[in-house]
Amino acid sequence: MPADGTLERLRREGRIVIVGASLAGLRAAETLRVEGFTGSLTLIGDEPAEPYDRPPLSKQVLLGKAAADRTTLPRRREIDATWRLGVAATGLDMAARTVRLADGDEVEYDRLLITTGVRARPWPHELEAELDGVFVLRDRDDAARLYARLRAGPRRVVVIGAGFTGSEIASACRERGLPVTVVERGAAPLVGALGAVVGEVAAALQREHGVDLRCGAMVTRLEGDSAGRLCRAHLADGETVDTDVAVVALGATRNTEWLAGSGLGAGPRGIACDAGCRAFDASGIVTDDIFAAGDVARSPHPLFGYQFLSLEHWGNAVAQAEIAAHNMIHASADRRPHLNVPAFWSSQFGVNIKSVGVPPMGEQLLIAQGALAERRFTGVYGYQGRVIAAVTFDQTKWLDFYQRQIESAAPFPPAFTTVDRRAENLHPVPAGFPDPSQPTHGPTVTVSGYSPTDRRITFTPARV
Amino acid sequence: MTHGTLLRQITDYANRADPYPLYAELRKTPVLHEEDGPYVVSTYWEIRGLLHDPRISSDARNLSPAAARLSPEVAGATEEEEGSGLPPSFLRLDPPEHDRLRRMAMTPFGPPHTPRRIHEMRGELTRIVADLIDGFGDRTRIDLVDSFSYPFPVTVICRLLGIPREDETRFHTWADTIAASLDPDPSADPVERRRVAQGARTELGMYLSGLIEERRRTPGDDLLSALAAGHGPDGQMSHLEVLTTAALLLIAGHETTVNLITNGMLTLLRNPPVLQRLRDEPGLAVPLVEELLRFEPPVQLLPQRTTLADIEIAGTTVPKGASLWLILASGNRDPRRFADPDRFDPDRPDIQHLGFGSGIHSCFGAPLARLEAQIALAELARRLEGPHLVEDPPPYRRNAVLRGPRHLNIAFDRLVG
Ligand SMILES: Cc1cc2nc3c(=O)[nH]c(=O)nc-3n(C[C@H](O)[C@H](O)[C@H](O)COP(=O)(O)OP(=O)(O)OC[C@H]3O[C@@H](n4cnc5c(N)ncnc54)[C@H](O)[C@@H]3O)c2cc1C
Repeated sequence: MPADGTLERLRREGRIVIVGASLAGLRAAETLRVEGFTGSLTLIGDEPAEPYDRPPLSKQVLLGKAAADRTTLPRRREIDATWRLGVAATGLDMAARTVRLADGDEVEYDRLLITTGVRARPWPHELEAELDGVFVLRDRDDAARLYARLRAGPRRVVVIGAGFTGSEIASACRERGLPVTVVERGAAPLVGALGAVVGEVAAALQREHGVDLRCGAMVTRLEGDSAGRLCRAHLADGETVDTDVAVVALGATRNTEWLAGSGLGAGPRGIACDAGCRAFDASGIVTDDIFAAGDVARSPHPLFGYQFLSLEHWGNAVAQAEIAAHNMIHASADRRPHLNVPAFWSSQFGVNIKSVGVPPMGEQLLIAQGALAERRFTGVYGYQGRVIAAVTFDQTKWLDFYQRQIESAAPFPPAFTTVDRRAENLHPVPAGFPDPSQPTHGPTVTVSGYSPTDRRITFTPARV
Repeated sequence: MTHGTLLRQITDYANRADPYPLYAELRKTPVLHEEDGPYVVSTYWEIRGLLHDPRISSDARNLSPAAARLSPEVAGATEEEEGSGLPPSFLRLDPPEHDRLRRMAMTPFGPPHTPRRIHEMRGELTRIVADLIDGFGDRTRIDLVDSFSYPFPVTVICRLLGIPREDETRFHTWADTIAASLDPDPSADPVERRRVAQGARTELGMYLSGLIEERRRTPGDDLLSALAAGHGPDGQMSHLEVLTTAALLLIAGHETTVNLITNGMLTLLRNPPVLQRLRDEPGLAVPLVEELLRFEPPVQLLPQRTTLADIEIAGTTVPKGASLWLILASGNRDPRRFADPDRFDPDRPDIQHLGFGSGIHSCFGAPLARLEAQIALAELARRLEGPHLVEDPPPYRRNAVLRGPRHLNIAFDRLVG
């Protein structure tokens, strides 16, 4: 703690502002209070609702098992904050330390945390995007609208894009008995996230559940009738699909426009920050009073070649928010790095999919347990001779182990035997990512420890 | 103190009432290996890691011949259950067989397929508890084990499996005999004990066998019918598999719940302010039972694990085929994981205990055990006025694995309605 007591004063009576009142924002606010921050806390969110959970929106909500407005996040504790909901932040003045709001107000801060997340990438043709029957899925209202339409029993649903969200939507539609066409530009569903080998399993799963899956295909045009209702989707190969609902699931755009011109290092790829969640300014210098966390943040991860990872993962938003909150009110010596190993889950077509690490960095894949054909397996991804990621289909309980393998930079392929190792899976195969990224080769870094206070990284010279 | 004696002390009955100081000693060497003995792991993170480690097997066939020779030393349960003539239950199998059997058993028992079965038993559990407490009659001094903790879970299992009411008494007798045999009394003649237990086991097996056949023909909405008739992607269980699974539910479920409830009441009587709080706010039962599973877990250690490869644990290399003991109760009191671990504190945050194990073998009956203990303890707290222990510590059962008092004599002023 600095001798002049500035930090002490900040903790006692400072002003902390959080822009983006959703998962990361809420968890950060709670952590600030847990860690003894007693100053004023303001949460600014452009959505009118209190922080709610998004994963159910593409799962339980579409199935009618949970109402869209009933996914409010449980509070871990009272946070005693000023909530400015339903009003967007429109600008940032870094010198004056103020955030401008859409209603003209300005809010001053000593420390600012940005958790504005991402939004769904809309259908690129504006007029077509406005047709009745064209949906995206990011927030509560999107989910409520789509649910109402699905319940009304459309003839068919076209899902554009077979990433996690698109695949989950297709799964929910099939569970409701609706005819579904999925159009995916890549060679298989989930291919960008998990590679072609696992993607093929996802493809088989979709077809088995009656999805009309078109891979290597593209929707080029959405056609409306005279009343402005969607009636047909046109594909690049000239085919058409008659439909009254299309869900655009083409990924996300980061919510950083409001920071344009502020001098913060924020752009379409997110807000660059250091491993301690401190945002960089536009010249690449780290700020000391502005932090970022969650889907909007992009930070270097020591375990993954210091690549700036931007992750749209629930668990990442929580972990990063906690680290950001801690670092906002601690002196540099007590700050913690965000070293969490990325983890993601999804559930679709009755299968629970979970991954740890960064599968797209994987060059090779080894099915270490179970079998692809049974759709119940653990796949381990290898990158330059070490374990870089793992994925499970209905075998979640082994993931902790593989996470430790990633953290300890264990050699790939694993040299040991495990339970349920099948004879046909003795050797790794190419993982099959469409565009293998080639990050530079550096020293190996390992992460040790369990609780945030004792997580440490260790350098070891590159293995030959 | 040498390491060799440390392990022996843990299995030594003399230390049954309070093994925790020994565990603290044990944790100084996270992986203890005395000559010829098993590798004993006692610290939280290491145990947790091993429970999720696919290089660890639960199938005794993977033990090296040398390690297999020393495993009969493993306390009661294994040996006796294996002496039942039934094939190993999924508890002692690895994937994929384990996964298939457990999945088929889980389908009618719990989430995600049947999330409500246990929840819907709440009313029935409450009635069974009320009847047992009413059964104390005018007595103001009881042995909680004989009058409550023992009969409760057997009755529950009977209702769950769908044992006809008129057969429940017979079923209780068999269950008691088998349970007693898991807990050798050194003064009794071992040959005779074994014969009696074997007899009970055979009779119970034949009884269940008949019942399974009957349920296959005319299924009810009980668990046995569901197991026997099961339809799912994995197909049906064979007759023998249903029998093994039913026996597992009976023995594993029963033995542990008795201890959970008895340990619970003992802990409450040693912590009167907590008992008073439970009386005032019955909802406290939920976090309280979690803390109890950390503080006094009914399953103290898992002695049936073995390594499929040479593996390194906290700096020690454990060779392939070695016998591994995971001391869950010690991990639960590891100060590196839990602050002030020897304090019983139902308000403890972040309590991911090892009481039910973890990983693919994590306790199958956990939802039921939790509910049974919550209801039992809340009701005992509410209805017994002025309860106190007659002797402390109470006499313990022999078993080092399934640890709990053999008797818990308590006295109270009166029963409230
Ligand atoms: C349908 C769906 C399903 C998902 N399923 C999974 C899953 O199964 N597993 C998983 O790991 N993850 C899943 N996710 C991702 C997960 O929900 C996100 O990682 C998480 O919500 C990120 O939290 P966040 O707080 O960073 O961002 P967000 O939740 O996006 O919150 C950002 C908030 O900031 C607001 N905001 C934006 N700009 C401004 C501004 N200028 N002023 C004020 N407020 C602003 C936004 O409106 C929003 O409320 C899913 C996401 C969606 C949409």
